[in-house]
Amino acid sequence: MVQAAKTEATRAALGPTLARLCQEGLDIVCVDADLGYSTSAVKFGQAFPERFFTVGVAEQNMIGVAAGLAACGKIAFCSSFAVFAPGHCFDQLRMQVAQPGTNVKLVASHGGVVTGEDGASAEALEDLALMLSMPPFRVIFPADVVEAEQAIEAAARTEGPFYIRTLRPKTAVIYDESYRFKLGRWDRLRDGRDVTLIACGELVKAALDAADLLAAGGIEARVLNAASLRPMDREAVLAAAAETGAIVTAEDHFIHGGLGSLVATALAEERPVPVAFVGMRDRYGTSGTWEQLLEHFHLTPEAIAQAARDVISRKST
Amino acid sequence: MAGTQTVSTEEVQAIARRVRRHIIAMTLAANSGHPGGSLSAADIVTTLYFRVLRHDPRNPLWPDRDRFIMSKGHATPVLYGVLAEAGYIPVEELDTFRQLGSRLQGHTIMQKPPGVEMSAGALGMGLSFSLGQALAGKLDGRDYHVFCLCSDGDSEEGQTWEAAMAAAHHKADNLTVIIDRNHIQNDGFSDYQRFTGDEGEKPDPSGEGRWEPAGWVMKDGHTANIMNLEPLEEKWKAFGWRTWRIDGHDIDAITRTLEAAKAHGGQPTAVICETIKGKGVSYMENNPDFHGKAPTPEQAEQAYRELAD
Repeated sequence: MVQAAKTEATRAALGPTLARLCQEGLDIVCVDADLGYSTSAVKFGQAFPERFFTVGVAEQNMIGVAAGLAACGKIAFCSSFAVFAPGHCFDQLRMQVAQPGTNVKLVASHGGVVTGEDGASAEALEDLALMLSMPPFRVIFPADVVEAEQAIEAAARTEGPFYIRTLRPKTAVIYDESYRFKLGRWDRLRDGRDVTLIACGELVKAALDAADLLAAGGIEARVLNAASLRPMDREAVLAAAAETGAIVTAEDHFIHGGLGSLVATALAEERPVPVAFVGMRDRYGTSGTWEQLLEHFHLTPEAIAQAARDVISRKST
Repeated sequence: MAGTQTVSTEEVQAIARRVRRHIIAMTLAANSGHPGGSLSAADIVTTLYFRVLRHDPRNPLWPDRDRFIMSKGHATPVLYGVLAEAGYIPVEELDTFRQLGSRLQGHTIMQKPPGVEMSAGALGMGLSFSLGQALAGKLDGRDYHVFCLCSDGDSEEGQTWEAAMAAAHHKADNLTVIIDRNHIQNDGFSDYQRFTGDEGEKPDPSGEGRWEPAGWVMKDGHTANIMNLEPLEEKWKAFGWRTWRIDGHDIDAITRTLEAAKAHGGQPTAVICETIKGKGVSYMENNPDFHGKAPTPEQAEQAYRELAD
């Protein structure tokens, strides 16, 4: 069921969800690099002070400590801003988490241009590419706070490395409590036969709005929420190609190395159809309100709808 | 395997000699690998497994085991050699070092074979991981101790000092770092004066009164004064650690100091072991060439003679 008009930041899900899961008996610990208020991790620290380890502004150490805790049986969460983790600690994530498959879960907030006023240095546009480059990391970019909470729970209950990207601003809540997140399944929020809009994060709402715009012009768009970037829903992509013949991807991230690349690779291997990519191209973010930045960088329902019209015109028949 | 204290100094020395022969044999067979920093750490690692660590080769994941984390992950020959001597793996498996299909990769891989605690090979990461294990021990009320072996190169990585600060902050007295201080790293000498007593031969001065960098490339191609780590003991002390500086080839001094580290409360311990790179093989001693180069068959023969019982 799709809700409207309610907003909440996806980053707000972390601390309360971890506290609830720990109360339920999961052996959770959390390593914090001095951004616990911003990522909401402190809410876990308030509930379980003996399980909350501060390391100061030291993201490399944060990942190593988490890996050591995980090696002793803990479900080791850590959090920061996405520009700092994975930004400061790619090597640590690669060697001490990805390669040995330690049970470390990195939940990074402040992804994308919607980070806003802090400007280019604070807006992670590469984090999904970095994390998707490393198997066996499961990579999740929830569409709203309801999905974020469920993705965090899935990460806690599933052995192995996870990366979850959350966002700073209060974005639209699109799901109600009846929603069930499932690893590797892309939720079909709307069906259509002319084109498929595949989005992740806050642009899922933009894709839904784009589908409304297209419907007003007689175009029926399917909308998929690609929160589970790895494992991806390959079947959903191939079905979209077979049944709608054209695809638009939309992500608040560079178009290389993220959702667009995943979809394009799957299509190129098995069922090539025209694809258009909505995302950041060859430039970094800047300061502004998050709504202004989405407009400025053309990450809007209008841009997605226009990309859909273009890609439909490229269908072979 | 608690109570291994009964192993005599002479026995430990004999095992360490066997480990050194393994190091030569493994790098010779693989025609690659890192003999120099393995030989410098041979007495430390052998003493740990035969006198200090509470461990059980038949139960490598025993939750109450003491942990040994080798941050200098390139020194696999010494770790695999000691694990073989201690009964974790068959000695014959050492012949597969660095070969396709072997568990014994060039740099450590976590739990390959069981007994290897951490993946390493990029320096600077071991102490953070060790701190995580130490904090887990505190949280779970287990009384194991975590020992982390670092190199000169590890000491140059910023992450090591992030971990040093955090370990003292959290009063991780169940954590000990051991520095294999052999003063030589990949390209040459971390501090050249130690070997010459003076500044050594510099390239021709390029101009009068011009500023010259502190490190320089010598005529033989090695780099002198790559990075000065001193005063190293004072650094650890300033970070809040109990410190020792000992001879890293003195089995009894290593034993005494590490036992004292285990017993020390309220803060973590740093043990700086002064060692000789390539120790035990004359042409490798203090020679940067053998940081990451295997001996030739003729050189290996000489090494076996020098390391004979």
